[in-house]
Parts: sequence; structure tokens; C-alpha cells
Amino acid sequence: MENMQNSGGPAIAVKDLRKSFGEQKVLNGVNLQVGRGETLVILGQSGTGKSVFLKLLIGLLKPDSGSIEVAGKELKGLEMDNLNQIRKKVGFLFQQSALYDSLSVEENVAFPLARNGPMAPGEQKDRVRNLLSQVGMESDGSKMPSEISGGMQKRVGLARALALQPDILLCDEPTAGLDPITAREIEDLILKLQKERQMASVVVTHDLRGAKTISNRLAVLHQGNILIEGTFEDLQKSHDSFVLRFMAEGAQTPCHEQSV
Amino acid sequence: MIRHPLFLFASSIPGWMGLRGQPETEAQLRAQDRREIAQNHIVHSFFEWFGELGIFCARVISAAFNPPYEGRELFHQLDEIGSKSLPLVALAGAATGVVMSLQTRDSLIRFGAKSVLPAVIVISIIKETGPIITALITSGRVGAGIGAELGSMKVTEQIDAMEVSAVNPYKYLAATRVLACMLMLPLLTLSADFCGIMMGWIANTLAEPISLHLFIVEGFQNVTFNDFLPPTLKTMVFGLIIGMIGCFQGMRARGGTEGVGRAATTSVVIASLFVILADVLLVRLILVFFS
Repeated sequence: MENMQNSGGPAIAVKDLRKSFGEQKVLNGVNLQVGRGETLVILGQSGTGKSVFLKLLIGLLKPDSGSIEVAGKELKGLEMDNLNQIRKKVGFLFQQSALYDSLSVEENVAFPLARNGPMAPGEQKDRVRNLLSQVGMESDGSKMPSEISGGMQKRVGLARALALQPDILLCDEPTAGLDPITAREIEDLILKLQKERQMASVVVTHDLRGAKTISNRLAVLHQGNILIEGTFEDLQKSHDSFVLRFMAEGAQTPCHEQSV
Repeated sequence: MIRHPLFLFASSIPGWMGLRGQPETEAQLRAQDRREIAQNHIVHSFFEWFGELGIFCARVISAAFNPPYEGRELFHQLDEIGSKSLPLVALAGAATGVVMSLQTRDSLIRFGAKSVLPAVIVISIIKETGPIITALITSGRVGAGIGAELGSMKVTEQIDAMEVSAVNPYKYLAATRVLACMLMLPLLTLSADFCGIMMGWIANTLAEPISLHLFIVEGFQNVTFNDFLPPTLKTMVFGLIIGMIGCFQGMRARGGTEGVGRAATTSVVIASLFVILADVLLVRLILVFFS
């Protein structure tokens, strides 16, 4: 398997991406690039297609047209086996964590490991323990997802997303539904792991404070297109009425309310 | 306006046959357009459902035969589907044996054929009653369970999480459940047959004492392997139907908890209907090839 760190080009390159559901156009010609080791935060109102965009990047949805290159490979027309090779390089943190109900915390994290390449049971256990300690959940491995809080579920979801040592991390509203303190903890955790592993990340969020903390670059998705792209300061300096309103409202609203 | 699908379907028949008159006003034209759109939608959905089911079955079968195999999950499902259905299936089989003994006895006495009661009970149970009762009971318990479980996994994005972990859900979730249903249905049928025959004997003995040995000898004296094996093994087809429909309805669930409920209900209804239809076909085939 080709190592992404050794190949040139951006980690993710999206060109003229379009996606509709029936009559409803969700993405209408999105162009974006994410460099290696860069964190791009996508901001936008609810229902503007941010989560759809992330699902397109991992091949859970198929685009109507346009091109998506992930880790140097075009997703269009890929066979399932080849798509799975790409997916092994990408970690995905779901909005509602999406932990498997019937498996314990440890088994959730071990799930991708056990099914992707042979690994000695001892090595797998060590890897799971290490991942859980990275997210501060080492003492809760035997608990079931229903026995832990929403914030803890996010941590476990993050550990599971990192299990296959991905080069790219996709986070769908990592702080949604969390109280401000837990939301900050999750953001700090993402930032810490990001610095340690030097992954390319795409984070979808409504939380402006969190976006400012973890992003290298931000993009605002509005009416199916990228309205503006740049640093947090660039967004603050924007004269676009929607961006101005979004930044002003976001600055006033507590993050946990924005995220819900 | 009546919007029931059956009404819309029935009301579309004159249109197909060219019997509908021309609309006279613009309002009638609009109403007719709406009706036609609704009818087209129903027909379209009907064929779309079968098309999706066909693609789903092909994916599951392909996943089941391609390594690596999910042996551990298969054993877990054998336990969930087999062991945990056993009490209910055994109870249903036992109740069927009792009822059959009581009812048949009454009828046979009228025709002076009381001595063939053990054979009637045994043949009825192993040839038809045991397999179909087992399939319908399992369809209710297991079909609903699979539909609800996979439906819940679908709406909470757990199946998506599996896919992004490069794990094939058709292999891990569907193939294991379908295979477990196919393997356990014949075994559950045997237990239903056994309980039915034993309770048939007990009910018969309570009315008129007869030894178990004599009951068994008289019951099985004309039974051949062709009476026993094909009807028992046909339940593998029932297992295939129950597993496939449950997984299919579960994995296409959408719309939160309401969608999960709908997946569970439709799994049971469609699986039961298909089991009954398949039974008609299989009985005919068995009579042709094994009579």
C-alpha cells in the first residue's frame, strides 16, 4: 500500500463536486483542497450539506458529478476493495459517535483492527489500550456504550477513528450536543492528536470558538458552494453579508447551543 | 379523498384498460394528473423494491462466499437465532401436537378410523405443520429482531461506521444472519416435530391410554425418508427468506425510531407472506420430485 506521506499532492482534492437529492441541490460545484497535516474547518448553517460533503469524501455517498481525490486516488469508479484501501487511510468521527451498541468500548476500538489485516491478539490489545489511554478512556474499556456519557462516547469514537492509524481524519460535528467544558476537551484532544500524528483533517462544526482553536484554514459552505475560504481572521474581515451575520451570531451564542 | 394504496391501485385499473373518460374541466384534469402521479409512484416503488432486493441478495451471496469469513459472528448468530428461538418453537410445536391430536381424534372416530391417529399426527407434523409453524414463529421472533436491530444500526449510522472501517456490512451483518437462519431452521423444525409428536401422544394417551412405543411404531410405520427429509430441508429456503427480508428491510430503514419500527413490522409481514408463498411452490416441487 502506497504511503500517503511519501506521495506528492494534497491529501484531499475536490473539483466541481455536485450532489442532489431528488429536486434538492445540496452541493453545487464545490472546489476544495486540504494539504497534508492541515486542518480545514467547514462552517455553515444546518442543512447546507456539510455532513453530505464528508460522506462523499469517504465514499458513503456517490456524487452526481465532479471529482474527489483522497490520498492521491480518484474515488469515482473505484471497486469496493480499492475503496476500502482508501478508507483504511481515513478515520471518521460521526456526529452521534455511532458506537456499536452490542460491543464494549474496547471491542468498538478493536473492531477495525480485528478485521483489517492479521494482528497478534497481544499486539491488538496493546494497540486498543494505547488508543484508549490517548483519549483518556483507559479505565472504561469494559463498559458498554450505553453506560458512558456523550462526551465519553465521542472520545471512544475518536479512538476508533484513529485505530487504523489514518493519514486523514474527518470529524462530523465533534462537539455537537456537548456541554461547553466537554466540547473544549474534545477540541483540545483533536488538536493534540492532530499535532502528534500530523494528519490532514476536515472538521465540520458550528462552533466558532472551536473552529478558531483547531483550524489552519476555514471554509464557509452556503447554498451548495464555498462562499469564502481562508483563516479565521480572513473570515472576520469579510464583507459578505452572510459571513458577517454568521460570525456575529456565532460569537454571541454559547458553543453548546450552536452545536445542537 | 381516499389515499389508501389499495384504492389507488384499484382505481388505476380502468386507466390501464382504457375505460376512463376524458376529463372535462381543468380541475378534473389536475385531479386526474395527481391520481396518475400517485399510481405511477406506487408501481415504480413496487418494482424498485424488488430490484433493490435482487441487488441486496446478490451482494449478500457474494459476500458470504468471499473470504475472510466471519466465523465468530456466525456462531453468535446461531446462538441468537437458534438457541433463543428454541423454547418458543418447541412450545408452538407442542401446542400444535395437542390440538391436532384432539381435533383429529374427534374426526377419525366419526369415520371409524381411530387406529390411524398416530400416523395422521406424525405425517401431518413432519410433512407440513412442523416446518410451517417453525418458519412462521421464527419469522415473527427473528425477522422482527433482525429488522429492528439492523434498522436501529442504520439510523444511528453504525452501518456507515462499519463501512468507513473498511468492513463489509453485507458480510458481517447480513451474510452471517442469513446463514444462521438457514442452518437453524431445519434444527428448530426437528425440535418442533419432536415436541408436536410427543405432545400428540400425551394428549392421545389422556383420552385413551396407548404406550409411547406403540404410538411411535404405528405413527412411523409408513413414513419414508422422502416424507421426512425434503419437508425438513425446505425450511432452509424459509430461513433464507426470513434472513434476507429481515436484513434487507433493516438495512434500508430510514427516518429515526419510526423507521426502525416500520422495518421490524414490514420484515415480519413480508417474510411471513413470502414463506407461505414459497411453501406452496415447495410442496408442489416436493410432490413432483419425491412422491
